[in-house]
Amino acid sequence: MSVQMSSGSSVIASTSTRARRLTLAEISEIEHEMTLYPDKQAVGLEALKIVQKHQGWVSDESLLAIAKYLDLPASDLEGVATFFNLVFRQPVGRNVILFCNSVSCWIMGCDDLRMHIKDTLGIDFGQTSADGEFTLIPVPCLGDCDKAPVMMVGEKMQRKLTRDTIDEIVAQVRA
Amino acid sequence: MTDRPLTRNIDLNRGPLDIAGYEAADGYQSMHAIAKGLSPDDVLDIVKNSGLKGRGGAGFPTGLKWSFVPRGEGSPRQKYLVVNADEMEPGTFKDRLLMEGDPHLLIDGMLVAAYAIQANMAYIFLRGEYIDAENALKKAVKEAYERGFLGKNILGTGFDLDIVLHTSAGRYICGEETALLNALEGKRANPRAKPPFPQVSGLWGKPTIVNNVETLCNLPGILAYGVDWYQGLSLGVDHGTKIFGVSGKVKNPGCWELPLGTPVRELLEGHAGGMRDGLELRAFLPGGGSTDFMLPEHLNLNLDYDEIGKAGSRLATGTMIVLDDQTCPVGMVGNLMTFFAHESCGFCTPCRDGLPWVDEIFKGFEAGTGNEKDLAILHDHVEYLGPGRTFCALAPGATAPLGSGLKFFAEDFEKHISEACCPYKH
Repeated sequence: MSVQMSSGSSVIASTSTRARRLTLAEISEIEHEMTLYPDKQAVGLEALKIVQKHQGWVSDESLLAIAKYLDLPASDLEGVATFFNLVFRQPVGRNVILFCNSVSCWIMGCDDLRMHIKDTLGIDFGQTSADGEFTLIPVPCLGDCDKAPVMMVGEKMQRKLTRDTIDEIVAQVRA
Repeated sequence: MTDRPLTRNIDLNRGPLDIAGYEAADGYQSMHAIAKGLSPDDVLDIVKNSGLKGRGGAGFPTGLKWSFVPRGEGSPRQKYLVVNADEMEPGTFKDRLLMEGDPHLLIDGMLVAAYAIQANMAYIFLRGEYIDAENALKKAVKEAYERGFLGKNILGTGFDLDIVLHTSAGRYICGEETALLNALEGKRANPRAKPPFPQVSGLWGKPTIVNNVETLCNLPGILAYGVDWYQGLSLGVDHGTKIFGVSGKVKNPGCWELPLGTPVRELLEGHAGGMRDGLELRAFLPGGGSTDFMLPEHLNLNLDYDEIGKAGSRLATGTMIVLDDQTCPVGMVGNLMTFFAHESCGFCTPCRDGLPWVDEIFKGFEAGTGNEKDLAILHDHVEYLGPGRTFCALAPGATAPLGSGLKFFAEDFEKHISEACCPYKH
C-alpha cells in the first residue's frame, strides 16, 4: 500500500537505483517458491512478500534486487508492488495496525475508535507514530463482523474493540 | 448422517480436528467412495444432481460450472482447481469460520472437485490477513499428505493431487475470479475479459475451476451421504445448508449453519436475537455489501436464491448486515461507497472515476454541503455504473446498495440537504 507519511515528513524513503544483495534466507525462501509456481512472474509477488517479512518493507534497493534475481523488468515488479495493499513500499512501524473500517465495523462505531487512535497515538490512516511503534492502515472487512469493531495488530486479531481495549492493547505492545 | 454438514466438527472452544479426528467423524469418505469406483463423470453427475449452487456470492450451479471444463481424451493434460478463499466482501464472515474451524473439510471438498475436473494441481488463494486460517490449513495439508490423501496415486485410484497454499497480498478485487487468477500469476489483479472463461482458459492459460471455500465444503457430505440426503436438508427450493450470518446492532450477532429456505425472520429474530433494546430494524443487506437493501416487510421471505432475487436483492454470501433506526442510512451507504471507490482496480473509467465521484458526494452530504444536483448525480451513477457498463462486477455491486438506498432512504437524503448536516448526529 502506498503509505503516506504524516504531514511534514513526506519523505521518499529511498531513491536508489542500485540493487542491494538479497540475504541467504531470502534467497532460500524465494527458491522454495520457484518449486510451487511454473514461472518467475508468479514468484515475483511472493518474493516481494518474503523480502517484506525479513526487512519490514520493500525498499527500492530490495525491489531492484528481486527484479535482478528473478530476471523480471523492475517496472513490472513495481507495478505489482504498488497494486497490492499488503506490500509496503515505504517503511512502517514495528506494529502495523490493519484497521477495519468496512460497513459492519462502521455501524459498530469504528470512526470513534479511529479518532481515539488519532488522539492517543497521534496517527491517522497511512501514518506512523513518532516512536516508530505503530503504523495505522485501513483494510477491507476482516471477516469477523459479529465481533465488530475489529482490527489486527501485527498478526493478531483484536475483536469487540472499545476505547479502553485499544488503550490496553497499545500498552501491552509498548510494555 | 448429520443435518449440519458444514459445521458439525466446528467447536470454537477447541482447535480444529486433526486428521485422525476428522476421519473418525466420517471424514474423507468422499475419496473412499471415489476409490470404490466412481469415475470423474459419475462425480460430476452427482454434484449436478445435488443442485449445489456456488456459495461465493453469484449462486451459479457448481456442477454446471465444472461441466464447461474440457474432459476426456484430447483435453489439456494440465488443469487447475483454485479455491477462492479471499473473503473480503464487507459484512461477510463465513469462510473464516470454515477454514479455522475445520480445515480438513475444505481439503476433502477440494479432492472431490479436483477429481471431477481431473486437476492434479490446486491452489488455495487465501487472503493474507487470515493468519489463523493459514496456520490451520498448513497443518491440515501436511497431515493429508502424510496420510496419503494428497500426493501421488491417492488411495490407489491413480489420481494425483498437490495443494499449494497461497497467501494473497491484499485487494478486494482479487475476489473476482479472473482478477484472482492474475494475482496468482503474480500480475496486477485487474479482471480479465471474458470469454474465454477460466473453465477453458484460466490459470496460465489452462482450464481452471475457481470455487469458493463454502461451496467446496458442501461436497464431502454430498459424496458421503448422497443426493437425497443433501436435498432433504433444505426447507425450500434450493438445496443443502448454508452459513448465514448477522452483524450490526442485534442482540446476538453471529453465524449459523441453517437450511436454505429458512425464513429471514427466524435468522434475524431467532438466532440473532432481534434488535438491541431501544432500536428498531430499519433495513438490511441480505448478503454482504454488494446486495440491495431489504426492508422489515421482507422478514417473512425465505433465504432462497430465487426468493431473495425476486424481492429485488440477492442472497449472495448469506451474511446479513443490519441497519437500525438510529444509525444514519446515508452514512452507511456512504461507507460502502468509500469502500468500493478505494477498492476499484482502476482499470475501467466508469468505476475508477465514477466511484470516487460518488464517494465525494456522500462526504458532502455528511458535511452538510450536499444539494439537489448532487442527488441527481447519484441517481445517474446507479445507471452509469450498473451492469454492462463496466469491465467487471465491482461497480455494479456498488450500485446495489446505492440504488436501493436512494430509493428507500429518499427522505434521509433530503434531510441532509434541507438541514445542511447529518440529522443523526444531533
